[in-house]
Amino acid sequence: MTNTKDLAPLDVHSATADMLAHAVRDKNRNKFDEFLVVDIDAHVSESAFWDEVTDFIPSDVWKYNAKSFKDRGSANGLSNAQPGLLYQNAFGRIPHSGITRETLPQGVHKQAALSRRAMDTMGIDYMTVFPTAMLTLGVHPQPEVEVQIADAYNTWLTERVLQSDPGLLGLLYLPFNTPEACAPMVEKFAEKKGVIGFTVTSTRFKPVHHNAYMRLYSVLEERGLPLAFHAAFSWEDGSMAQLNRFLSMHALSFVHCNLIHLTNWVINGLPERFPKLKVIWVESGLAWLPYLMQRLDSEYMMRTSEAPLLKRRPSEYITDMFYTTQPMERHHPKLMQATFEAIKAETQLLYASDWPHWDFDTPSTVYDLPFLTEQQKRNILGGNSARLFNLKDTKQAKAAAE
Amino acid sequence: MPELFVGKENEFAERDRKIIAQGDLEIGVFRIDGKFYAWENNCSHQGGPVCQGKILAKVDEVIGADKTSHGLKFSEDNIHVICPWHGYEYNIKTGRHPGDKNVRLKSYPVKVTSGDVYVVV
Repeated sequence: MTNTKDLAPLDVHSATADMLAHAVRDKNRNKFDEFLVVDIDAHVSESAFWDEVTDFIPSDVWKYNAKSFKDRGSANGLSNAQPGLLYQNAFGRIPHSGITRETLPQGVHKQAALSRRAMDTMGIDYMTVFPTAMLTLGVHPQPEVEVQIADAYNTWLTERVLQSDPGLLGLLYLPFNTPEACAPMVEKFAEKKGVIGFTVTSTRFKPVHHNAYMRLYSVLEERGLPLAFHAAFSWEDGSMAQLNRFLSMHALSFVHCNLIHLTNWVINGLPERFPKLKVIWVESGLAWLPYLMQRLDSEYMMRTSEAPLLKRRPSEYITDMFYTTQPMERHHPKLMQATFEAIKAETQLLYASDWPHWDFDTPSTVYDLPFLTEQQKRNILGGNSARLFNLKDTKQAKAAAE
Repeated sequence: MPELFVGKENEFAERDRKIIAQGDLEIGVFRIDGKFYAWENNCSHQGGPVCQGKILAKVDEVIGADKTSHGLKFSEDNIHVICPWHGYEYNIKTGRHPGDKNVRLKSYPVKVTSGDVYVVV
């Protein structure tokens, strides 16, 4: 007999270190301890902490309304999430997607502890977190509730989670359905520890070019804070309702929302009006970009009178903006390489894990790409984000100290 | 060639498995229809711990003679192991992904000697 050890099956109770043991192996193989790795899109499971979040609802009436659900069962009061339609874990096949039940240490906020475990196993130095269920808050029927929850979530995140770990960062939530509430939200939270910018959750039906939003964009540009558009799914949109499988709806709607917002952003000349405002398009993957660059250039050149603010082709504005890597479509290598070249990935692409969600990407999905140089890999994995968000290279600082 | 002891034959229930590790080498040994199948615990997608995932029958779609769909059902013959990282499914007998036969797990021979199950590495 030779010495072996038994490995247990993995489920919702499994520790992050066990679930991601192979990511530790890859981290060591690829020597992620030698350079900065920044994850620009990971997630908190705010639904699991809803009682804490709703403690911060500013309105006494809406806080009371939210808390009243405790006596009625398990529903998270005021949330428009539909738990019965959360098929992301493939009906139990992907156990880490969703709220984990692993045992956590005392003395540290549980969400911060979970995020830190993921960072340590994947070799990530900074992790930027977004909400999960709130990604579809933009289609809540009550805009005033979006404002209340946005304020509460941003307060919970900055005071309870980001304070707990210096490696955790936030692109905070903007209640975009109420334009006049957005600039004040920026002013309220911009100086908080760990805040590196703000987010519009893209699943909503608002024209990003509406005059009502120009004040918001001005404030962000003045403050030097980037704006992210974070995609999400929608099964209620009339077009998406034709799709009978989650796979189909997820594949299309996660891109569809940002297709519309980015098109409006460029064609209405917002890059010309706000040249210093950095914009990031999050979690739509990358394959949509060559399509949009080609399509918009083709139509714009024939209809320039409809986009009079543009001084360059749409594709040139597109390649000035930033994109997160996940979910990276990796099944057609030549197309993928062409996409990287088209979007100027070397300077514009930002690594994202999307942990703990079902289609997450480890840092090795970038590092193992054969067509990238070592410097390009390091740019995408951390250098581009460090430059964009002015992040301190903690790996270099640690090495210098030693 | 080295043989790694996995367990006693009677410790394996039908449609069950054991996963063993020796250093970086990890192998899952499965019992399906009375036979043993051994696969490296390394998903061909992103290297996830496939053998530690859920064991579940393949989902089939029933199509009538008129090409209409009559809904989904679990296969009686094709049992899959599902990578817990991203849901890649592999037929436990063939080690192949149902959607692309070229996507497959690395196999290892299994020996059963006097009630002891070994994998040959």
